[in-house]
Amino acid sequence: MFGLDKKDTTLLLVVALLTLLAPFILNPFPTDSGLAQFNAGYPDLMQRFVIFGIFAIGFNILFGLTGYLSFGHAAFLGVGSYSAVWMFKLLSMNIIPAIVLSVVIAGLFALVIGYVSLRRSGIYFSILTLAFAQMSFALAYSVLTPITNGETGLQLTLEDPRILGTSATADGSIPVTNLFGLEMRSATDLVIGPWSFTFSAGYYVCAIVMLVAFYLAIRIFRSPFGMMLRAIKSNQNRLNYTGLNSRPYTLAAFVISGMYAGLAGGLMASMDPLAGAERMQWTASGEVVLMTILGGAGTLIGPVLGAGMIKYFENIFSKINDNVLHGWFAWMPDGIEDLTVAIIHPFIGKGWHLTLGILFMLVVIFLPGGLVEGGQRIMRLFSRKKATKDDKSKAKQPAE
Amino acid sequence: MGILEVKGVNKRFGGLQALGDVNLSVAENTVHAIIGPNGAGKSTLLNCLVGKLIPDTGSVMFNGQSVLGRKPFEINQMGISRVFQTPEIFGDLSVLENVMIPCFAKRDGAFRMHAIEGVQNEKQIMEKALLMLEDLNMADKRNMHSASLSRGDKRRLEMAMCLVQEPKLLLLDEPTAGMARADTNNTIDLLKEIKEKRDITMCIIEHDMHVVFSLADRITVLAQGTPLVEDAPENIKGNPKVREAYLGETA
Amino acid sequence: MDAIILQILNGLDKGSAYALIALGLTLIFGTLGVVNFAHGALFMIGAFCAVTLQRLLNLSFETIDPDKTDFLGQPLKVKTPYVESWFGPDVGATIIDWSVPLAILFAIPIMLVIGFVMERGLIKHFYKRPHADQILVTFGLAIVLQEIIKANFGANPIQTPAPELLSGVATLMDGVVYPVWRIVYFCFAALIIGGVFAFLQFTTFGMVVRAGMADRETVGLLGIDIDRRFTIMFGLAAAVAGLAGVMYGPINAPNYHMGMDFLVLSFVVVVVGGMGSLPGAVLAGFVLGILESFASTTWATTTIPGINQIIIYLVAIIILLTRPRGLMGRAGVMED
Repeated sequence: MFGLDKKDTTLLLVVALLTLLAPFILNPFPTDSGLAQFNAGYPDLMQRFVIFGIFAIGFNILFGLTGYLSFGHAAFLGVGSYSAVWMFKLLSMNIIPAIVLSVVIAGLFALVIGYVSLRRSGIYFSILTLAFAQMSFALAYSVLTPITNGETGLQLTLEDPRILGTSATADGSIPVTNLFGLEMRSATDLVIGPWSFTFSAGYYVCAIVMLVAFYLAIRIFRSPFGMMLRAIKSNQNRLNYTGLNSRPYTLAAFVISGMYAGLAGGLMASMDPLAGAERMQWTASGEVVLMTILGGAGTLIGPVLGAGMIKYFENIFSKINDNVLHGWFAWMPDGIEDLTVAIIHPFIGKGWHLTLGILFMLVVIFLPGGLVEGGQRIMRLFSRKKATKDDKSKAKQPAE
Repeated sequence: MGILEVKGVNKRFGGLQALGDVNLSVAENTVHAIIGPNGAGKSTLLNCLVGKLIPDTGSVMFNGQSVLGRKPFEINQMGISRVFQTPEIFGDLSVLENVMIPCFAKRDGAFRMHAIEGVQNEKQIMEKALLMLEDLNMADKRNMHSASLSRGDKRRLEMAMCLVQEPKLLLLDEPTAGMARADTNNTIDLLKEIKEKRDITMCIIEHDMHVVFSLADRITVLAQGTPLVEDAPENIKGNPKVREAYLGETA
Repeated sequence: MDAIILQILNGLDKGSAYALIALGLTLIFGTLGVVNFAHGALFMIGAFCAVTLQRLLNLSFETIDPDKTDFLGQPLKVKTPYVESWFGPDVGATIIDWSVPLAILFAIPIMLVIGFVMERGLIKHFYKRPHADQILVTFGLAIVLQEIIKANFGANPIQTPAPELLSGVATLMDGVVYPVWRIVYFCFAALIIGGVFAFLQFTTFGMVVRAGMADRETVGLLGIDIDRRFTIMFGLAAAVAGLAGVMYGPINAPNYHMGMDFLVLSFVVVVVGGMGSLPGAVLAGFVLGILESFASTTWATTTIPGINQIIIYLVAIIILLTRPRGLMGRAGVMED
């Protein structure tokens, strides 16, 4: 189906099902229960899942396939956000032109930066991309203030022209982003017994965009172009002596992943129309690297998993505080309870980044293939057990 | 007029004259060997032919066109394929994919953006690659991860990758270096087989005399960066100059 | 002319910090072949060694002074640092005042131990892994170290003042005014850099390490236990970064993300200087520090707005594109 083989079609369908049913899946606990804090099915967070999923999918096309480690991809995300907000300011609140512009501008940006950076490889490439991103960040903060609004960040105002829309709504407030009239922040609640599920228009727009992005990524992975990119990672020398020019291939991959980042940035601005320079900082670039590695670089599903996992735990972990912990461990004797809470304390709440750092180190050390490799190992473990059982049962049969 | 014409090539590295006035002509459909003791400039010469080095003076013409100043991939597109001393393959890819890549290079040129159509729909390319693998008795290993192949199979795979491009000239850089006797003999058999089955011009850089005399139609002896003699194998053996420069050393 | 001298001087202290961090980075890279993204964190830990020592010295006990009352009429509680009660008020106060220079002695063993533990416990296992993996795991480590410091010392900068004798400004020839501590920092950096070079140049240990930098395998074949020496080298690089951090406190109050801020720039410095080249790292550190200082002048920022923010990156990009191996890099290092 869709020009994919059976395995990939299944994967796509599973991902589609999971994203479309996410409001149910991520809200497994009744609203009033103590576990409700683990629910992640509210629009803001779900949107972040899929938007960072897009970002990571795109990054993986560059890093996962070609092995070129860019430390500056957040710049494209930031550029995408700025472009989209400008579109909301000047043209209209419809998200389509905004997203189109953010993808195009991010693509052009990636073309220039990629053209220069790809003249070098290895760590030199990483440093070049890092330098470009830091430059963009510094400029967005200072000199480019007329375009970026500096530290405050770019926001919508009542004075914006919006030539195809209105500067202000009838009641005098700033209009909201929409898709041909469907407001991004509109949502319906569905209450079943103690459960409550929220369906947000914004989330479903993002989810559908992500599914399209994911589908395109599968096509790229399975295409001759994708094969060339893997060949670059494997042995660039051989590729050059096989009559292929690696430079345009890597540049194309770089631009495509830059466009994915721009798309993510545009969507981010479409959900919440403001853009700030901190989105371009190198820590933000580091985050997408973490997502991709954690999930499994070079695999299709890995980056999506990684993005979802990091964003989920970021949200949940930072919400847990000592009171919650005391609630959990109340069954322990007092002294031990306090000790347990004290041990866990540094890793939760504001300590989330510590947990993330440790998790990341563990993955790089023990599971270089990320969560996907972890899953595969577990599967293999099970199938091996099964296989040995089969062998034994065969061995019992008399030999002929 | 040979398919490859090297005229008056000089290359210096600082104070070292690596190549001094090298002239060489490789005739079509022959196996031409370049031999010489270590440090004779064999590898430097080869690197000048494939675009890795640019000679200080002189010309290298292939099929009537100069290769100088062209990048390795451009030279390959002109019809020169190269086999490395240690097999260079795409270790992360399957054996079949390894052979498909040169097929794409041959059909689509140095770059083509075909990012949407799946590889599995490229039937012709796949068939061509499979046929090549069958030719070299590797079809049963087509789905193997190529990094897990034995060294001999890696050599075979690399050969398949070069041959599938139907190159006008195949350059081999010490294809048996560091091999055990048995592996060397296998490689000789493989090359003989290729030579008999196909119309192909080969240029072998080698210091193993056994390999050279079992394959070559023509031999150039290089010593201290300059060609000493160029002749048929049977005449080389008896040549006193060669004896002195090369065989004398080992005898 | 004065203005030019002043800018060069201004560039020297930042340049010194860049040079010291870059020296360690390139030493680790040249000897162990490891790209260490946690090196900035070592710089930061050094700075927090000074903070810790300052806090330790200020540990006090409370006594009640019966003769005085506070504004509520209660007897006045007086805090006396233990140091003052042990050594007498004058000597004690001096010790507290000199906590930053004293922290050098305090930091050296700590940094060495941290370096050894890091190398033996983590880095060792990454020698044979791809550079991307090394970058990633040390990046993770940097996050962890940074967060540990943040959890213990908070997110706000903590002042670590210089001793009174060395604070304030000095008037150099014809009215160029310059903070004393910056001169101290520069001299200190020059001393350390000189020390490291002398160590590598004149001791047998240094000779082996330099040989190892040139060709690790061959040195290994000579039957020299190169691993142990490299561990020591790592400790040394950590100590250099740490000391750079200790002394930097009075210039910029230490905070938990100072390491990351410096790391990015130090990497640029290393790459500009040439991966694996010690003189290159030092040269590039000072050159970039001074360039940055010149780019911050009003003249420069009005001519090209924002130049002070991007000058280092701009230089790095130009150098990398025109001299792929940096200013003094060797051929064949990290080119794949």
